Amino acid sequence: MTTAHTNDTIRSQGMNGQQQDGRQQAGQPTQRLSAESVTLAYDQRVIARDLSVAIPDNSFTVIVGPNACGKSTLLRALSRMLKPTEGRVLLDGQAIHSMPAKKVAKTLGLLPQSSVAPDGITVADLVARGRYPHQGLLRQWSAEDERIVQESMASTGVAELADRYVDELSGGQRQRVWIAMALAQQTPLLLLDEPTTFLDIQHQIDVLDLCAELHETQGRTLVAVLHDLNHAARYATHLIACRGGEVVAEGPPGEVVTAELVERVFGLRCQVIEDPETGTPLVVPAGRKARANRVTAGA
Amino acid sequence: MSTKTLRAGGLSLRYEPRALFSVLGLVVLALAFAVVLIGSGDFPIAPGDVVATLLGDGTPVQEFAVMELRLPRVLVAVFVGAALGVGGAVFQSISRNPLGSPDVIGFGQGSTVGALVVIVLFQGSAAAAAAGAVVGGLVTATVIYLLAWKRGVHGYRLVLVGIGAAAMLTAVIHYLITKAQLVDATRAVVWMTGSLEGRDWEQFWPLFAVSCVLLPVVLGHGRALRMLEMGDDAAYALGVKVERTRIVLMASAVLLVAVATAAAGPIVFVSLSAPQLARRLTRSPGPNLAASAFLGTALLLVADWTATNAFGERRLPVGVVTGVLGGCYLLWLLVSERKAGRI
Repeated sequence: MTTAHTNDTIRSQGMNGQQQDGRQQAGQPTQRLSAESVTLAYDQRVIARDLSVAIPDNSFTVIVGPNACGKSTLLRALSRMLKPTEGRVLLDGQAIHSMPAKKVAKTLGLLPQSSVAPDGITVADLVARGRYPHQGLLRQWSAEDERIVQESMASTGVAELADRYVDELSGGQRQRVWIAMALAQQTPLLLLDEPTTFLDIQHQIDVLDLCAELHETQGRTLVAVLHDLNHAARYATHLIACRGGEVVAEGPPGEVVTAELVERVFGLRCQVIEDPETGTPLVVPAGRKARANRVTAGA
Repeated sequence: MSTKTLRAGGLSLRYEPRALFSVLGLVVLALAFAVVLIGSGDFPIAPGDVVATLLGDGTPVQEFAVMELRLPRVLVAVFVGAALGVGGAVFQSISRNPLGSPDVIGFGQGSTVGALVVIVLFQGSAAAAAAGAVVGGLVTATVIYLLAWKRGVHGYRLVLVGIGAAAMLTAVIHYLITKAQLVDATRAVVWMTGSLEGRDWEQFWPLFAVSCVLLPVVLGHGRALRMLEMGDDAAYALGVKVERTRIVLMASAVLLVAVATAAAGPIVFVSLSAPQLARRLTRSPGPNLAASAFLGTALLLVADWTATNAFGERRLPVGVVTGVLGGCYLLWLLVSERKAGRI
């Protein structure tokens, strides 16, 4: 019931947001990025209908949910890559799809799931490409570009790899380089689509630590889609749980992650305990026998 | 970093010394071969005299040979080479595949069908055949684009659809030739080999006009094309208008290749090999558009010199030489791609 209540609250907040103009929101600590009752579809296949989401400023928001729940689709819509068939995505009070591409790219960065490092490119050259939206035909490489690229490499710990070829790096190092490129874009908002997929566990933690650090020290708003609920609960300041194209719950992990919610979203019986390291919620799936008993009891 | 920057006021230009020197080297090579080509023939002129004549200091005979006969031919070669080189670089970059060049994926065959329809079915003039080649190239490119399009155009699909189209168009070409009168068939075969023989100002001006507009358009989109090589999503995130950039670049490249083909026939392998050679020469990632243009020019001039001089009395059409060179190159490319595990 608590989760259902949360859900209603969010819906009503979404409605309020819709009635307000971007300028009127200025005084309140609200959101620069939000989706207003969007319908998301690939060709004719509808993924989500009438979905409203707001990304709190200066949060590390993590979107979780089972496969095909529409979490990556939502991120694509928030990053302007997928145009909603109905409703709109607002960035600083403006419909994101009617804004000039380069203007959006100066405010909102995205680390896509699949990027290709061109053959024979060095780390420094790849990171430098993040400066593209700030450059022009006659302004190709300012002193500021140089400085920001150096800073981005330093803050992601890849500065000493600057002259190495990207193809030679390990998966974890490569992901750091891509994050450095997204940082060089210098956007207050940064969206990450499953940044830990295909990485070994130590590199997953490494990348998430890096994200948390960027969020804390540089005050950027981060939005990530993550597969692992425990990672999400540990690192997020704001959690959005999706299922079947709907937002089921939204809020700080400490309030949102309950055994009931996990069962509703993932269909998994579990206990939620306190993470001994961080005090955040930790999901412990119920044992095989306990789950089997439940099935028999239910039948 | 190997990159250098020039700054003045708020403006800045970025370049890689190796790429810059490669381009300068190619320009010198192309100029040298242009002078040698203008000087060679039944009425040889020393390179010094060629330069003097070009600057307006030649004898009337030299003046006629250079300005009326040989200069237009060399200029056609220069712009055909550049157009093919740039066209190839654009398509290889967009398809992310070295085989995605216009002469492999059917545009050359499309132009040939267009020209052959004019020659065989309507016995049209050379100018009409050229127009037919342009139309044939454009129609083919449009059809291939539509067939390969599925939420954007992507590498292998473009190459596969293109190779399929090339095979069908080749069948049409053979059909047209078997249907033709002997005179027309001979004309068709000569056209198909790709030659610079007898090219004059009439072929040069349309080629020059189109190149003057489209080469800068393509080069101006070079930075966006670089971003596109990282994948659509990454380019999109950086503020590149992905599909628009791609359409502008593909349309420009198709037009350049079609006009080049109209001027000199389907000269094979220049657009396939120039971008790959340019990349190996500059050792720089990205489409290397300028280097590909100059490499295309240099390749074509060297091939033309070889075709006209290396076989004694017998002057071969340039397409034969580029075909042989390109065939060797293609085999080498396939072997090295195979070793790298990409095919």
